[in-house]
Amino acid sequence: MAGVWVIAEQRDGAFRKITFEAVSAAKKVADGLGTEVTAVVLGSGLEAASADLGKYGAAKVLYADSPELAVYSTEGYAAAVADLAKASAPDAIIFGASMQGKDLAGRLAAKLDTSAAVDCTALAVEGGKIAITRPIYAGKVYAQVAINAAPQIITLRPNVFDIVETGGSAAVEKVSPALGAIRVKQVEVLAEEGGKIDLTEAMIIVSGGRGMKEAANFSILEALASQLGGTVGASRSAVDAGWRHHTDQVGQTGKVVTPNLYIACGISGAIQHLAGMGSSKVIVSINKDPDAPIHTKADFCVVGDLFEVVPALTDEIKK
Amino acid sequence: MEILVCVKQVPDTAENDIELAKGGRDIEREDLVYSVNEWDNYAVEAAIQLRDQVGGRVTVVTIGGEEADEVLRRQLAMGADGGLHVNDEALEGSDGLGLARVLEAVAQQGSYDLILTGAQADDGAGQVGGMLAALMDLPFAALVNHIEPSGAGALRIGREVAGGDQEISEMDLPCVLSIQTGINQPRYVGIRGIRKVASVEIPQLDAAALGLDAASLGAGAARLRRLDYFVPQSGPGARMLAGKPDQLAAQLVEILKAKGGIR
Repeated sequence: MAGVWVIAEQRDGAFRKITFEAVSAAKKVADGLGTEVTAVVLGSGLEAASADLGKYGAAKVLYADSPELAVYSTEGYAAAVADLAKASAPDAIIFGASMQGKDLAGRLAAKLDTSAAVDCTALAVEGGKIAITRPIYAGKVYAQVAINAAPQIITLRPNVFDIVETGGSAAVEKVSPALGAIRVKQVEVLAEEGGKIDLTEAMIIVSGGRGMKEAANFSILEALASQLGGTVGASRSAVDAGWRHHTDQVGQTGKVVTPNLYIACGISGAIQHLAGMGSSKVIVSINKDPDAPIHTKADFCVVGDLFEVVPALTDEIKK
Repeated sequence: MEILVCVKQVPDTAENDIELAKGGRDIEREDLVYSVNEWDNYAVEAAIQLRDQVGGRVTVVTIGGEEADEVLRRQLAMGADGGLHVNDEALEGSDGLGLARVLEAVAQQGSYDLILTGAQADDGAGQVGGMLAALMDLPFAALVNHIEPSGAGALRIGREVAGGDQEISEMDLPCVLSIQTGINQPRYVGIRGIRKVASVEIPQLDAAALGLDAASLGAGAARLRRLDYFVPQSGPGARMLAGKPDQLAAQLVEILKAKGGIR
């Protein structure tokens, strides 16, 4: 039993939220398997932060400090984790199904001659095996799968797994895995103006669809989102119409989001959209068409004119 | 530039009611409407645009039964130069790594500078591109939303890293990329376009032709095992709110304070 590993995700020297979600989820799996969680931290200047992962249930941290690992790269991360895993043979390696995790999963699995189950929404331990639940076919069906090889590579849908503070502490062990050649070179990062909240990490999302009628009308959603401390998303129709950028698109071909609160304004609710937001914890739909499919997925629906209801809602929250 | 694009025929989730098959480990596949995996259209369009810019050839490959021929013809009608159809019952039920091994064998029969896949397909796994790159020891980037040639033998690519931030990277050819929607607007394919390519010959390949041992592929070799399929339970149903806008707003705020995590 070499335990359950978590690959920490960091950006600009800080762990991303999914790291704590993954450590918490891994802790439950490790408890079920009767083993411990080891977090793998790859980066630079993260030694102090690494020890903090103990608070969420990591017993140990393997920390590789290298300037070459400061910025994520597919090859650097896959080589480093594969090198460490070959030496220790963990039962499972868990990380986020974030952009980074989606990039890493396939390469890492092939390097370790195993399989990956990605974008999982539930994990359970049954008879000493990990049973992994993941939505398929745009969320119309859920599959429960198992990986019949080791290590089992599992990525988690962001914002789904609870962060649980266990109050432990982790022993940090410095490691120097082989990295090999890193052939994809980051040239620059063009930052979004104003530091937008990442849709996949947002706790509150206010989204607009075709019913918004034009790009300028999204200002009323911006106002509501800003009042709620959330961010603005869009349906595919709104993106195709050129009202919002593709990076704002919520849906199967855009971003899969799981906020605490999703407010869908003027969105009809095509399957492709529902696949991207259906697992949100509370869904409010505002649409004047009583037959819009979005209402069937919502917890609370308002059949009304969003141009009246949304500003009224913003005003009410200001109070 | 020689470009290979890997495409897949998938059940159209917008057109089908998906039901569980008997035994509960697959969906009922009778009477399903199939279409091209949506991401693959963007990958083929990206390949065609690159070829039109720098010259070369676009080859599309699929792994699937006889009916998958339709997908290849659609991509030929879009503008791909040739198709390859891997059709072998022994490959049915392969997991991601199994499919990547087949595509590796296909790629080794040619000499490709660039291999593209869609970012994901119907099962949302999105891992075949990364696996293929690892097997071939080629550089890889997932979820690419921008490609441009960068001198001879290199590409400049873009992808979103987080919160709308766009990362720009340089990579040498040959390489493997998985393509995100939004990178382009795939061109429309009409019925006339598809008719024009109806008689184009598409080579059929099986495991033996690819030099693969069929026993090491397919369902028997898959490490990703299906335990159960189920349809998610719907919640208690929506609560309809009615009233004037200010009344609705007041009701909503009250409800959301109780349930929706607003303070």
